[in-house]
Amino acid sequence: MRVTMLSNRLKRWTLRFGAAAVALAGTAGLAMAQEPIKIGLLLPYSGPFADLAVQMDGGVQVYMKQFGDTIGGRKVEILKRDTTGIAPDTAKRLAQELIVRDKVDLLAGVVFTPNALAIAPLTVEAKKPFVIMNAATSIVTTKSPYIVRVSFTLPQVVSPLGTWAAKNGFKKVYSLVSDYGPGHDSEIFFKKSFTAAGGEIVGEVRVPPKNPEFTPYIQRIKDAKPDAVFVFLPAGEQTVSFYKGVTERGLVKDGIKILASGDLTEDGQIEATGDIALGTITSGHYSYAHKSPENEAFVKAFEAAFPKGPRPNFFAVGAYDGMGAIYGAIKAQNGQTDPDKMVEFMKNYKVMSPRGPLEIDPETRDAVNTIYIRKVEKHGGKLLNIEFDSVAKVKDPGK
Amino acid sequence: MFAFAKPALATPADRLIAAARWRWYETAFWLGTLLVLFAFPGYLQLASQIAIVGLFALSLDLLMGYAGIISLGHAAFFGFGAYVAGIIAKYGWGEPLSGMVIAGLSAGLLGLIVSPIITRLHGIALLMVTMGLCVLLFEAANRAVWLTGGDDGLQGVEIWPIFGTFTFDLLGRTAYLYALIVLFLMFLVARRIVHSPFGLSLQAMRDNPRRAPAIGTDMGERVRIVYTISAAMAGVAGALIAQTTQFVALEVLSFQRSAEIMIILILGGTGRLFGGLIGAAVFMIARDQLATSYPQYWYLGIGALLVAVVMFARGGVMGGFDRLVRWWRARAGAGR
Repeated sequence: MRVTMLSNRLKRWTLRFGAAAVALAGTAGLAMAQEPIKIGLLLPYSGPFADLAVQMDGGVQVYMKQFGDTIGGRKVEILKRDTTGIAPDTAKRLAQELIVRDKVDLLAGVVFTPNALAIAPLTVEAKKPFVIMNAATSIVTTKSPYIVRVSFTLPQVVSPLGTWAAKNGFKKVYSLVSDYGPGHDSEIFFKKSFTAAGGEIVGEVRVPPKNPEFTPYIQRIKDAKPDAVFVFLPAGEQTVSFYKGVTERGLVKDGIKILASGDLTEDGQIEATGDIALGTITSGHYSYAHKSPENEAFVKAFEAAFPKGPRPNFFAVGAYDGMGAIYGAIKAQNGQTDPDKMVEFMKNYKVMSPRGPLEIDPETRDAVNTIYIRKVEKHGGKLLNIEFDSVAKVKDPGK
Repeated sequence: MFAFAKPALATPADRLIAAARWRWYETAFWLGTLLVLFAFPGYLQLASQIAIVGLFALSLDLLMGYAGIISLGHAAFFGFGAYVAGIIAKYGWGEPLSGMVIAGLSAGLLGLIVSPIITRLHGIALLMVTMGLCVLLFEAANRAVWLTGGDDGLQGVEIWPIFGTFTFDLLGRTAYLYALIVLFLMFLVARRIVHSPFGLSLQAMRDNPRRAPAIGTDMGERVRIVYTISAAMAGVAGALIAQTTQFVALEVLSFQRSAEIMIILILGGTGRLFGGLIGAAVFMIARDQLATSYPQYWYLGIGALLVAVVMFARGGVMGGFDRLVRWWRARAGAGR
């Protein structure tokens, strides 16, 4: 009798506890499903490079508007952090805090190479995928197995231009680049492909990276009488003052063509340079005027989101494609965020991007782009980079 | 703190000894810094950077606050120290303590070499020359790609664990303690200097540069000494940033660094030793909090903070605090 009572009581207890345990497990499971996916987005939101953050943040926003802000039932939360510009110590600290304090699932963004390099070792230690949406120096992807780059590299962009120029009647070219890492890269890789195809570099000059005065350099180029000048300058205000110098010295009038990386006629800035840019030939992986349904949809969405804002340029596309890779990687795991599986997916990522076909090279985790040769033309009162030739599947020659 | 209640002190030596007495609030401050370890474990990375920037500000305070030598190019020594520490570590000697000492000594040597120029200049000319020096170093580092990595920054800096046991962890505990201990030791050095006859002569130089030589102060020598010490201290701060981030970028030599450290010092209060530390804490915490909530517009908040401090708290945060204490005392006195 007593025994049965005891067993009854026991039964009741186990029932009660069991129910509670099940209920608890249930809510825990639910909480798991609803826990947001956290993405740390590191961009220069303030300071002289804030324009680039507007573009890239815009790319992220547009992607999330088009494809929703949930993946596999989990909400996507973007944690924005301001790197303030080229500031690797700040960038590294922010990344560290995002990992330790905010417990992000992955890191993304980053405009500048030094910032990316400072963050790279953390991603190895913490096992966090790190999606590079710009930072275009070759070495970046070699610094951590968790880095995947969806943007481009400068050698990748300028090498096809060198080959193209030599094959299209340019014999003598003068090179003018900005005196810092990316400038050196473009000088070297343009020269390499140009001379390999039979061209000759008749002069080289590196201009100071900050506030250069272009007129004397342009005069010197004019005196050397080359067929064309090859230019790399960082996208932004400098391109405008370069064209001012070109106008002043009548470089174009003398029949000297301008060849450049896409930065010189970058879509966000090109209207500010004016008609003098007409006829400039550039190479790049994205043009605002690229003709494809993907780009039309992208441009439409971007302009709807920023009716007064800038035209989307390659920075915006980099961020947009970065989000595409991230969404794909998490969707492939049904909302799970296992870091190694994410990287595994992104390594083999292929997509029809607004820029054209984009794929990631599984060996280097670097973007493989179609590089277009474009010419600045005026259509409907707008200065546009019109693509007229292309080289498919260009890998980064810098590695 | 209650010195005014005591009978007038007889000799300068007595006054110096009285001023050098360890105060309760100093003990409280340093104990407080240890508390950070437990109270804000998620913020240790920021805390270690505050300690480093605080040390940098302290080095400028010796120069600007005590000796009256304005410098708009102090990042030259900070950056030099950072590169020296980084380069040593890159080429195979990653031991942090000796690396830091070597970096500090090198920066001090650079300061010693430059100091004869500094002794000849005042005012705006001094601003221009110090700034120019910093720009020169920046360009040199930009050009010497083979050594510094140029624009890409110095990679491959590997720092060994401190004493072979304390690795630099992801949470930043080692980094914080390391930076904090170095800061504390440097603070002791600065404190000793300030409360010495030498320190007093610096202040005489600052307050009345014509009278000081008249009473027999060799200004040139004193400028050279304090400039060298300050440069070495800035170099140590630079070494700390290089070692804790294990990376050196050109930005350590930028004009912005020089300007920002001046702002931090003025914000905290010059000529007070604690000014730089408080300034660094206020500035960097405000920046961190504002930048997290409003990544695009946080500069607005920082600007407002600076304007408010300059307008309502002359002498920086510490100056404002001082006046608050004085006002409180006066009120208490009147009420009695």
